[in-house]
Amino acid sequence: MMKALISVTGADTTGIIARVSTKLYEMNINILDISQTILSGCFTMMMVVDLTSCGLTFSEVADELTPVGREIGMEIHVQRMDIFDAMHRV
Amino acid sequence: MINTQDILQTMQMIREDHFDIRTITLGINLLGCASENVARTAERVYDRVAKTAEKLVQTGEELERELGIPIVNKRVAVTPVSMLIQAEDPMPIALALDRAAHTVGIDFLGGYTALMQKGATKADEALVRSIPEVLDRTELLCSSVNVASTRAGINMNAVREMGRVIKETAARTADRDSLGCAKLVVFANAVEDNPFMAGAFCGVGEPECAINVGVSGPGVVKTALEEVKDAPFDVVAETIKRTAFKITRVGQLVAREASQRLGIPFGIVDLSLAPTPARGDSVAHILTEMGLEMAGAPGTTAALALLNDAVKKGGVMASNHVGGLSGAFIPVSEDIGMIEAAQAGALTLEKLEAMTCVCSVGLDMIAVPGDTTAEAISGIIADEAAIGMVNSKTTAVCIIPAIGKKAGDRVEFGGLLGFAPVMPVNGYSCADFIARGGRIPAPLHSLRN
Repeated sequence: MMKALISVTGADTTGIIARVSTKLYEMNINILDISQTILSGCFTMMMVVDLTSCGLTFSEVADELTPVGREIGMEIHVQRMDIFDAMHRV
Repeated sequence: MINTQDILQTMQMIREDHFDIRTITLGINLLGCASENVARTAERVYDRVAKTAEKLVQTGEELERELGIPIVNKRVAVTPVSMLIQAEDPMPIALALDRAAHTVGIDFLGGYTALMQKGATKADEALVRSIPEVLDRTELLCSSVNVASTRAGINMNAVREMGRVIKETAARTADRDSLGCAKLVVFANAVEDNPFMAGAFCGVGEPECAINVGVSGPGVVKTALEEVKDAPFDVVAETIKRTAFKITRVGQLVAREASQRLGIPFGIVDLSLAPTPARGDSVAHILTEMGLEMAGAPGTTAALALLNDAVKKGGVMASNHVGGLSGAFIPVSEDIGMIEAAQAGALTLEKLEAMTCVCSVGLDMIAVPGDTTAEAISGIIADEAAIGMVNSKTTAVCIIPAIGKKAGDRVEFGGLLGFAPVMPVNGYSCADFIARGGRIPAPLHSLRN
């Protein structure tokens, strides 16, 4: 399984989850977990997703999401989950 | 599923606390490039570096993007160039290396190096003679010379010569605030797998190629310590260990991935805290967080000793191979807390020398007045070499006699190299001491008190 974290940061507004998850649906990316919080004063939505069956490279997924972020006025980052596993699991 | 708090902590480390991978450094053995003449060797050196490091930058950028962590520098370290020549002028090789570095798009290339802790070959002498002109005429090439070791003692002829070389390099690059000297390091006990510049080279015990990674993250350690204000040192040490473990694990991940993608063996992760001039990315500010008003205050050496040891203890379990210089770096010009301490007069050259007894390397990126004599610079090198030799540790001197500047003035190098206040040097002469030459014998390894 190729897991990634999608983080969406910026000012809170309506439709963030809807817009991002619609785009993920179009790319055949399964959402495994969602949570949201405030990080350094910024609204932050985090999604753990599975890229295994989407057929796109990591960069392509990131490139597809960047314009969605621009439309909703938020920054979208995609990171492989490996960095979190490495740092927090022995 | 992973804990949200853990994810947020990692994101905070990268976005707020300047956590980054400082460098992926590709070590390349060039011994096979030596040939009957320097021109031919230079051609082969160019081809070998350009081909082996072809995908280094691209791979680093891919990893940066996928893992969401900056990989600030991509570098190459090569076999000490003095091993590729006889007694000829090695300038064509220096120019070929600089050209290769530009071709593959790396940030620095290290290995314009001579190892002469016991004595110099004709090739070593030719290389050392060429250093000032080479550092003037090249942009990305870094140079280092090993003048002492615990086993061999101190080669005081080399120490004397390096004082002159540093002065001449400063003069030749005076129009750039004597920048050439920032790319030149004089070592005792130099290590063969160091990924950090200016002292990186690929030692003779190294394989054909190897990926070595240096991490950074003083800001992360400082933020962690903010959570344990007023706690005793046991808690401080544990906090640093835990943080060092986390940042080193990311270094290990990057090293493993880079190694797989490039098809080049993983060498080591350097367990390092490397600062930058950015606020929030300072080793000195870790020391002040421990309770010192400024770096250089009484207690600074003890604080640094704790930090350096805890970084190693935390990092060593996070990687299957550790090496390099491993520890906290204390460059002056590259650390805003050190710059401020030096400007305020809290941090002197003498205190820095004491700090180098317990930090990862030595006197690093220190600007001194342009009229500092070659002998005084040699004296400073000899002192550092003695600390390294006696304590079986790596020490180094990277010192910039800023031509035309006096104590209190400022030199600007730009980028990661930062800026530095010119620090005063003890004005009493060591000229007769340096003039003696010869070797200081290696120390005894028993009766250790």
